[in-house]
Amino acid sequence: MIELAGVHKAFGTNAVLRGVDLLVPRGTSMVIIGGSGTGKSVLLKCILGLVRPDAGVVRIAGENARTAGREAFLARFGMLFQGSALFDSLPVWQNVAFRLMRGATKRPRDEARAIAIEKLRRVGLGPEVGELYPAELSGGMQKRVGLARAIAAEPEIIFFDEPTTGLDPIMAGVIDDLIREIVVEMGATAMTITHDMRTVRAVADHVAMLHDGIIRWTGTVQEMDATPDPYVHQFINGLAQGPIASVR
Amino acid sequence: MSLLAPVARLGRAVLGALAATGRVAIFAAESLSHIVRPPFYGREFLTAALQIGWMSLPVVGLTALFTGAALALQIYVGGARFNAESVVPSIVAIGMTRELGPVLGGLMVAARVASSIAAELGTMKVTEQIDALVTLSTNPMKYLAAPRILAATVTVPVLVAVGDSIGIMGGWLVGVNRLDFNSATYLHNTIQFLEPWDVGSGLVKGAVFGFIVALMGCYYGMNSGRGAMGVGAATKAAVVGASVLILASNYLLTEVLFSA
Repeated sequence: MIELAGVHKAFGTNAVLRGVDLLVPRGTSMVIIGGSGTGKSVLLKCILGLVRPDAGVVRIAGENARTAGREAFLARFGMLFQGSALFDSLPVWQNVAFRLMRGATKRPRDEARAIAIEKLRRVGLGPEVGELYPAELSGGMQKRVGLARAIAAEPEIIFFDEPTTGLDPIMAGVIDDLIREIVVEMGATAMTITHDMRTVRAVADHVAMLHDGIIRWTGTVQEMDATPDPYVHQFINGLAQGPIASVR
Repeated sequence: MSLLAPVARLGRAVLGALAATGRVAIFAAESLSHIVRPPFYGREFLTAALQIGWMSLPVVGLTALFTGAALALQIYVGGARFNAESVVPSIVAIGMTRELGPVLGGLMVAARVASSIAAELGTMKVTEQIDALVTLSTNPMKYLAAPRILAATVTVPVLVAVGDSIGIMGGWLVGVNRLDFNSATYLHNTIQFLEPWDVGSGLVKGAVFGFIVALMGCYYGMNSGRGAMGVGAATKAAVVGASVLILASNYLLTEVLFSA
């Protein structure tokens, strides 16, 4: 479903991605792990075209992302941003229904609103929340709204960028469970980037570790726990000693 | 080598300025292309028009009122040197409509609107809201920049027209209450010597200044650096850029509109 081949990206002299090769089969949940500043978010943005790769190819269902029609290409995706990225100026329901009210798949306002309320219910929020503005919500509620927005148009592929960052452990667990449930329910292909090992275990079918600009290791969660790879071992156990420098 | 260092620095500065000019020009051209091509975001346009036009009315009105009043006093005192006190009404009217109304109105809108747009869009950029727009199949240039630029281009001339009227009224208030002009004579002289092009040229300037203000706000906001410092720097650059461009374009427009 998602295929990356030799993806490179540098910002000035800082080569963030140095040849990323990755395959995410349709309907599976891939989690990318790696330390802070290793380029996980850049990788997601390269797939979406928010950042243009310097080299390499991104294919979605066999279609080259660079040559695909932009609107149709983006219509395949939903994304939950690290900080939720809700639009401050719009009430919650309009945030959720944003895509439904514009573009080729535009629907009548009442219908879009009904779908938004249903998606809010799916993530555990009542219809009264739809009338609030993002600034009136807690961090956990904002994540739920972000999740509702990501799934509102029922995309084939959903990206989750650090979905539990900044949440307390209970709320993080709730969000992890919601992600897993929704991805399974929708049969979507999911790609999550995180350094929260609890999220990895909750949502991953496959795990890939990004380090030094390349995918250093891939495997299932069970294989991750058993791997002798010193980088993976150090990362998943949170060890200060090991091949990954603790000061980066 | 050290002898060439200042030349190299100068060269880098010039190249940097040329590159920035090119980027702003491309941004402006892209914005204009989105203004004339569907889809159109009417709700965003109306919101921007309200924010830029209606909400700027108090500051533009007060600026015009005090400027017209001060102008009447200055012309009266200056005109007294060669017994030309009677030109106060016409000079206030011409000065306000041709020059002070659009320029001071433009500068006040630059301070209020360019900063506001740059801060809003800059914050949207650093909180990934602009990226979110893209992932929701919405072009940020079309959704954020085009409605604001069109709204400013349309509403600032209206602000200028209102400001002109208030400025002339400020001059009339001072003329009648402070300088002992006859009210009817003051108004008669104002109308008699004011030509339609005096007002029209000010409105043209207003449209150009409105375009500049929103362009600078959108450009610097959407290209804001990271964090609070990045947004602060973008806001400052938008106000400074808009103000300088307003003053520079005012001279060019005056040359074009009133040459010969």
